[in-house]
Amino acid sequence: MIALAPLWLTLKLALSTTLILFIIAVPLANWLSGDKGFFKIIVQAIVSMPLVLPPTVIGFYLLLAFSPANFLGHWLEEWLDVRLVFSFSGLLIASVIYSFPFMVHPVQSGLSSLSPSLKEAAYSLGKTRWQTLLQVLLPNIKPSLLTGIVLTFAHTVGEFGVVLMIGGNIPGKTRTASVAIYDEVEAFNYHNANVYAGILLALSFVILLTLYSFNRKMQQTKFY
Amino acid sequence: MINFSLQKQLHTAAGEMQLQVSAQIERGKFVSLYGASGTGKTSILRMLAGFMKPDDGFINVNDTVWYHASGKRNIEPQQRRIGFVFQDYALFPNMNVRENILFALGKNESPAIVDELLDVTGLTNLAARKIQTLSGGQQQRVALARAIANKPAILLLDEPLSAIDNEMRVYLQDTLKEIHQRYALTTILVSHNANEIIKLSDLVIHLDQGRFQQQTTPARFFQNGQEAAKIAGNIVSIDENGNAVVLIENRLVSVPVAGQQLSINDKVEITCSNIKADLSKQGK
Repeated sequence: MIALAPLWLTLKLALSTTLILFIIAVPLANWLSGDKGFFKIIVQAIVSMPLVLPPTVIGFYLLLAFSPANFLGHWLEEWLDVRLVFSFSGLLIASVIYSFPFMVHPVQSGLSSLSPSLKEAAYSLGKTRWQTLLQVLLPNIKPSLLTGIVLTFAHTVGEFGVVLMIGGNIPGKTRTASVAIYDEVEAFNYHNANVYAGILLALSFVILLTLYSFNRKMQQTKFY
Repeated sequence: MINFSLQKQLHTAAGEMQLQVSAQIERGKFVSLYGASGTGKTSILRMLAGFMKPDDGFINVNDTVWYHASGKRNIEPQQRRIGFVFQDYALFPNMNVRENILFALGKNESPAIVDELLDVTGLTNLAARKIQTLSGGQQQRVALARAIANKPAILLLDEPLSAIDNEMRVYLQDTLKEIHQRYALTTILVSHNANEIIKLSDLVIHLDQGRFQQQTTPARFFQNGQEAAKIAGNIVSIDENGNAVVLIENRLVSVPVAGQQLSINDKVEITCSNIKADLSKQGK
């Protein structure tokens, strides 16, 4: 019998990451989809970094940053009594950073595909930027929002390098399913590894299947 | 009273162009901006609406300063009280017809105006319909109703009828006229269509190469001071008598060439003076 804790932890991490990223990434994507300035190009490049960097690189720098021996980690521990290395909070922050492009990119491209006159029409009717975003823009890019949510969730479920660097392998605290698989294989416990891997495989397939069938249904309605 | 003076460097398809215009428009008037494509008509509307920032100048509407370059004042589109009808209608696909119009109302405004506007624009029966299921003409009427729902200080119409077939166009022109008379909205229409301008506007402003060339009544503007009619067409063939056969709309007319070097596909203008004309009514 396998321990269920890694699966629950993975689920908790993926759901929290998705929720936090949705709240942060939607306004950011809205800002990025507007006119391009040089500052925006820099932000865009930073947001996309996790796509090209090995997860261990991001994990390594976050480990250094969060370490109590360095400024940020020291400050957090001294003033807020928070230690981020080898903790769930640290894992969550690392996941949010690592999955950033998976939420920002689909939402940004969805917003860019809308006719600019939709935004202008809402402004001409006296609506603020927030009212326009929430009542006009977001409801018309539901497939993009769903893609962002699902990709972020699935990507977090599949995280390994960042998790291992920041969280280590503490059972019940930072040992996620992907780390547990590695752990079981190292101990030649192929049966348990197989069960974890099978569950992740099935979960990923079902998530993507749901996404694509929903998006197909949405595309049958014509959008701007 | 709307009083503006606008300067803006425009990057058009034909290259750089300096737009430099000023005008005074009395409250409640219907004004048409007429001119070829790429002369800056839409840019003027966008600057009045606050979507585009002029390089210099000012915009005063009913004694309120909307924009003043040297005074560093440029109020947001949200605060300008404008109704804007876009070329692509810009209706919100996530809302039905009624919701689109309702969305335009402020917090304390009575929704009763929505029913009135649905009625004026002939949309009452379509109120619950999704935007995607409407024809172009119907969408245009929703856009118009939405633009005037919160009683704007200026109604700006950016070629609203250009993508609509002729029959619907005539119907929409009537609707526009009725709305203008009923709500006395100061209206600026961008249009290429002489028929539309004559039917609707009090004043026509001719924009060419970034400057206002002429401001006059439509009758005077299109009459051009000549007792002649000019009709444009294309030569499809030259007949055995040496006459050019010209296609005008969907009719062929044979015209003497009078010694000119013309060939097939040439664009020509036929001037008819001293017309002996007979009218016969063909219906509405």
